[in-house]
Amino acid sequence: MSLTLHFRILVRIMAGRKTGAEVMIDILLRNGVEICWGYPGGAILPFYDTLFHYADRIRHILVRHEQAAAHAAEGYAKATGKLGVAIATSGPGATNLVTGITDAKMDSVPILAITGQVPTSAIGSDAFQECDIYGISLPITKYNALLKNVDDVARITQEAITVAMSGRPGPALIDFPKDIQTATTEVLQPGPLKIHPRHWQKPAITGDLDRLIEALDRARSPMLYVGGGAITANAAEKVRLLAEKGSIPVATTLMGIGAFPGNHRLSLGMLGMHGTAYANKAVMECDLILALGARFDDRVALHAPSFAQQAVRAMVDIDLAEINKRVKVDIWVSGDLADVLSILVERIKAQNRTSWVERIQALKAKHPLRYFRGRGDIKPQLVIEKLWEKTRGQAIISTDVGQHQMWAAQYYPINEARQWLTSGGLGTMGFGFPAGLGAKLGRPEKEVVVITGDGSFQMNMQELATARMYDIPVKIILFNNGFLGMVRQWQELFYNQRFSHSDMDYNPDFVKICEGYDIPAMRIEHEREIDKGLDFLLKSEDAALLEVMIPQAEKVYPMIASGQRYETMTEVGEPLPGEEEYSTIPNREVEFIKI
Amino acid sequence: MKHVLSVLVNNHAGVLSHVSGLFTRRSYNIDSLSVGETQDPTKSIITLVISEDEEMVKQIEKQLYKLVDVLEIRDLTGEDSLKRELILLTVRFSPEKRAEILTLIDVFKATVVDMTEEEIMIELVANPRRISSFLQTFSKFHIVEMARTGTIALEFPTARKVRN
Repeated sequence: MSLTLHFRILVRIMAGRKTGAEVMIDILLRNGVEICWGYPGGAILPFYDTLFHYADRIRHILVRHEQAAAHAAEGYAKATGKLGVAIATSGPGATNLVTGITDAKMDSVPILAITGQVPTSAIGSDAFQECDIYGISLPITKYNALLKNVDDVARITQEAITVAMSGRPGPALIDFPKDIQTATTEVLQPGPLKIHPRHWQKPAITGDLDRLIEALDRARSPMLYVGGGAITANAAEKVRLLAEKGSIPVATTLMGIGAFPGNHRLSLGMLGMHGTAYANKAVMECDLILALGARFDDRVALHAPSFAQQAVRAMVDIDLAEINKRVKVDIWVSGDLADVLSILVERIKAQNRTSWVERIQALKAKHPLRYFRGRGDIKPQLVIEKLWEKTRGQAIISTDVGQHQMWAAQYYPINEARQWLTSGGLGTMGFGFPAGLGAKLGRPEKEVVVITGDGSFQMNMQELATARMYDIPVKIILFNNGFLGMVRQWQELFYNQRFSHSDMDYNPDFVKICEGYDIPAMRIEHEREIDKGLDFLLKSEDAALLEVMIPQAEKVYPMIASGQRYETMTEVGEPLPGEEEYSTIPNREVEFIKI
Repeated sequence: MKHVLSVLVNNHAGVLSHVSGLFTRRSYNIDSLSVGETQDPTKSIITLVISEDEEMVKQIEKQLYKLVDVLEIRDLTGEDSLKRELILLTVRFSPEKRAEILTLIDVFKATVVDMTEEEIMIELVANPRRISSFLQTFSKFHIVEMARTGTIALEFPTARKVRN
């Protein structure tokens, strides 16, 4: 039987024909794809059958829910800069990818989703597991297509990959009907792409570069506001050169973490809603703010009209549609950020800006990140600081969404691009763990630590099976406060402490859950156990989980409430009886360099 | 201010929902949208009439340009292009109104397409201003049914020549 089958394949290939599935995988391979994540089902079976034959050339990781496939593809793409590929069957398989695809759209992550579809003859008949994923994915992809002709497979696959990876990257989706997967074609090459060159050629630099240079040279107290675009453009090094040449302090967005060394003397950490007080004060004091690959979103420019209104507002972005979208800027340049930065670095005047840099140092010293300790319970901030020390700030950190995400962003200064993985735009709970798995497979040499909460982890904890099955040694720190902490924080602050449906009273025993999946786990409840817990976690050769019990009322500070002006920032919370203020040293670079 | 954008797109299923979906998704106000094939059957033109300010229209153009199937966008708001709409209107009348209606049809250079003793169906092809003036004039009668197209627009050859 099997021999006959192989013989048939051979005869066909010798006749110069391949199936749609074979052509697609050939194109993936040609584009350097080595790994994909997915989940089989009826309408994608021919594709999976082909994957079986290609097993030596392309690795497939079986996830336990398609959403995790999309997030793993994202984690891989974010950590490596390469394309992430997620595969699902039609209907529910396809719709389960939707959250991950939307996440990739919001955070500009290049992933390709391949979905099975019912045979073309059945499309529109409400066939079993049929859904219009092409229509569903229109607003959440950069490129999508429903394959109707096997002769188009090569070209459309290439177009999808090219568009996903070019310019401002993003997700692509190809819906692949079952009969097109098995149909054969002589068209094995993509041929000329049928998309406009603006979707794949590097755009020319437009806007007012000269005025930007002039404004930068003239500014006495400029700052850079760096977003995820700087990481996408592989421009982190050039951001540093620009900052150093002009002595310009740098704040990053949540997505921009890693685009500038977090413990550089010019680093202000993160700005915005839960940014550092010194970054936010710098925004209020600077005379020029230059956004680099950042989009003045509502977590940074919370109240758009007043955001850095005393300053010249300038921006560089590859996406023209981001110019003047939320905040009207005074000067803009559009183009590839790395190219623009090369010009800026070359042409701006070297300056010391002594008084401004001293002012920044004074702000850092006077308004450091602070929290309270002293009751013996575990403060998450301390755990993250200790994690930073024990991993020498070198781990890839993948977070979920909520309070733990903000604490991680604040207390784990990241020094390298692609070392910080988080769901920023969409804020997808459940992102962190599968993204961490994707990152670990892409960069096995790096320690990967997933920082999550009891709410977020339960959104994709079934992937413990994936971690076990493929021995993917990611380390999970689960902060458990028995609550949706960020929701609770808002309910406490803005809804008069009415904690409507935010308590997680019936949380499982996470250590036992891990036991069920054969993943080593440990729970800690007292401050004195932090070292022991982290050592257990980091020394484990397998995937492992550390559950850290933290107080329910712990909040994220500083905080500027949604839509408010920077002046309204609350810098620090209130201590409980017996607690003392504990501040973290913003200039840990000294310690760091010694290590 | 109403803006008229002429958007050249690839002619395949899904393009229209992609373009119209963008307007829903970003809550841009759209007055009318009409779509039809061009001389090249692989391409269509979508003519959009948008009620937004200048800044927002720029934003819309930039967002449209990000769609893979959008090939070219031209702003045909100004005097350099011809705009046309078609309206079909059926009006019910009493015998004493008949003369007035026929006079008005004549004034607007509209066409009578069909008529019974109490109803008349009128057709008018005109620029959007004349169409709305026509509609306003006839709104005092009993309109039984009506259908109208969105605006379509084409640049005058003389303007094209200047531009090129």
